[in-house]
Amino acid sequence: MNPILEAPTLITWVGSVNWTVGFLTTVGIFAIVALALNLQWGYTGVFNFGVVAFFMVGAYTSSLLTLEPASEFEDYAFGLEWPIPVGWAAGALAAGVLALLVGLPTLRLRRDFLAIATIGVATILRSVVNSTEGLANRGAGLNGIPRFLDGLADGADYRWVMLGIVLVMLAFSYLVLQAATASPWGRVLRGIRDNEDTAMAAGKHTTVFRMQSFVLGGMMMGLAGAIFAHRQGAISPTGFSDLFGTFLVWTMLIVGGSGNNRGAVLGALAVGFFWFGTPLIQEDLPDFLGTRVFQLRELAIGALIIIFLLLRPGGLLEEQPRVSRFVPKPGRRPAVATAGHEEGGP
Amino acid sequence: MIDIIQLVIIGIIVGSIVGLGAMGLTLSYGVMKFANFAHGDSMALGMFLAFIVVGDLGWAGGNIGRLSFGWGMIPAIALAMAGVAMLNVGADLTIYRRLRSRGAGIIAMAIASLGLGIMVRAVVQMIWGSAPQRYATGINPALTLPGDLKVKPDQFFIVGLTLVVAFGLYLLLYRTQLGKAMRATSDNPELAEIAGIDTQRIRLSTWAISGALTALAGVMLAIQAQLRFNAGFEFLLPLFAATILGGIGNPWGALLGGLIVGVTQEVSTEWIDPGLKPGVPFVLLILILLVRPRGIFGSSV
Repeated sequence: MNPILEAPTLITWVGSVNWTVGFLTTVGIFAIVALALNLQWGYTGVFNFGVVAFFMVGAYTSSLLTLEPASEFEDYAFGLEWPIPVGWAAGALAAGVLALLVGLPTLRLRRDFLAIATIGVATILRSVVNSTEGLANRGAGLNGIPRFLDGLADGADYRWVMLGIVLVMLAFSYLVLQAATASPWGRVLRGIRDNEDTAMAAGKHTTVFRMQSFVLGGMMMGLAGAIFAHRQGAISPTGFSDLFGTFLVWTMLIVGGSGNNRGAVLGALAVGFFWFGTPLIQEDLPDFLGTRVFQLRELAIGALIIIFLLLRPGGLLEEQPRVSRFVPKPGRRPAVATAGHEEGGP
Repeated sequence: MIDIIQLVIIGIIVGSIVGLGAMGLTLSYGVMKFANFAHGDSMALGMFLAFIVVGDLGWAGGNIGRLSFGWGMIPAIALAMAGVAMLNVGADLTIYRRLRSRGAGIIAMAIASLGLGIMVRAVVQMIWGSAPQRYATGINPALTLPGDLKVKPDQFFIVGLTLVVAFGLYLLLYRTQLGKAMRATSDNPELAEIAGIDTQRIRLSTWAISGALTALAGVMLAIQAQLRFNAGFEFLLPLFAATILGGIGNPWGALLGGLIVGVTQEVSTEWIDPGLKPGVPFVLLILILLVRPRGIFGSSV
């Protein structure tokens, strides 16, 4: 999946530093996606099982807009050589439009219908890319996607620039979401998640709020996908699997603690370390395990989801049951507690 | 015209498999109230459990008539059905029941089922590998029907078995005490409990029956196509489309929904690129959600 993370030369100092930089860059991108899913699921109870679809739309949109025109050996649309930040913005926008289109027929219905629909969107996007001529070079994928701020460092040193970009974008996403979820708007989202009927009775148009949360989260996923594409330099439909792009992020959020932005970032780091770190110890494992390390880590991802749901539904960092900064901490006022939502709503 | 009829026939065959899987899915959805995202991967487990007998152990048992498989398929299917039924019952006892007793919502159970599905898929891939396999080598020559239509003996078997199973399910649900209790639990679990029905026992029976149907659908899918560790997961979308189309908790609806999905999907290839076929169940799903979200025949959920 990731050329930088597959380097087996961990024993050397340079090798370890390189791996760590690459790892933090990847995990930083995943953390943005986990934050976006936290907005949708953790705060609003919007059940999105197609995270990878929004990620993929962002990646492809930004790549197609910033690439050079297709050569005679390639077959893709656009190739407009737009500036990369414009490509990122367009990627986020396209993912937001996709969220709007998927949300319109499903968000007013049972919550699990959205999950069923979104799981389908990812499948269809992959088959559209794979079988449509003149769209995105089909299964061969897009190559030579330009780097952002390429002039700042050359060769191997660019990895530090990339890490910096990702950390800035992560900090930006985190601050935006912290502000949004602490605002009255964020309070409505939590109200809808915990008891939609009460929120409706309070005069809130719940479907509209859920749509806003879904679209904003989708846009952040698109942005993360765009950053990912320019970091990888090459993307293809097979790289955007449900397991890698959707269920890994769900595990990160459930382990970290849904409803807590710091939890989402911590979960991305912890689960990411497990996911990208296990191939490194492959050679040290006994043969029986070593040859199956990729299936074993999948098995562990599934087990982590179940174990956390059963034993620690709040995740590593549980949500702080605080209504507003003007209300005293719940320790002193037990009546404010909003217990019972740990499962993520009814 | 002949092309279309041939595509409709293939659609009925594919639709039978979708319907078989969707009948199992809709039973558990109706009684348990949550979408079982492990259903597809359980289908894959079923197809490989059958492979233990006819492939790993090599008990193919010749050929039954002109079918591609032999008498070994009977113990193979029995093993698959028992295995997946046990997986479902075991999952309820260890996972879903604990979530239920804690008052966790249906969404938490749906996420847990996804985790279980990921685990099942990983185990299947670990044991049987990623390469596609078949129950029997060689080809299953097609019979030529009047009008130059081609149908394989295996495909007659798939459609016939689906009809037999649907009839059996009808007898179970409408002619037995257990079926009555299942329908009552599906309609209103609280009321069923007040009426003295042991709903936990009904849930376990439902899981077992649903698992047996899942395994059967998995084996049929492998006979029609081939065995692949992620074949079941990729089947989730048509399964859910058929389930919602027919109305959640309604087995006949699920069967009809499966046939609609199968026929639409195959006939669509007359006009669209076959690579876009996976999009067809999705379009049907969105259409039914827009027009009649409770399905054609209404739903018990």
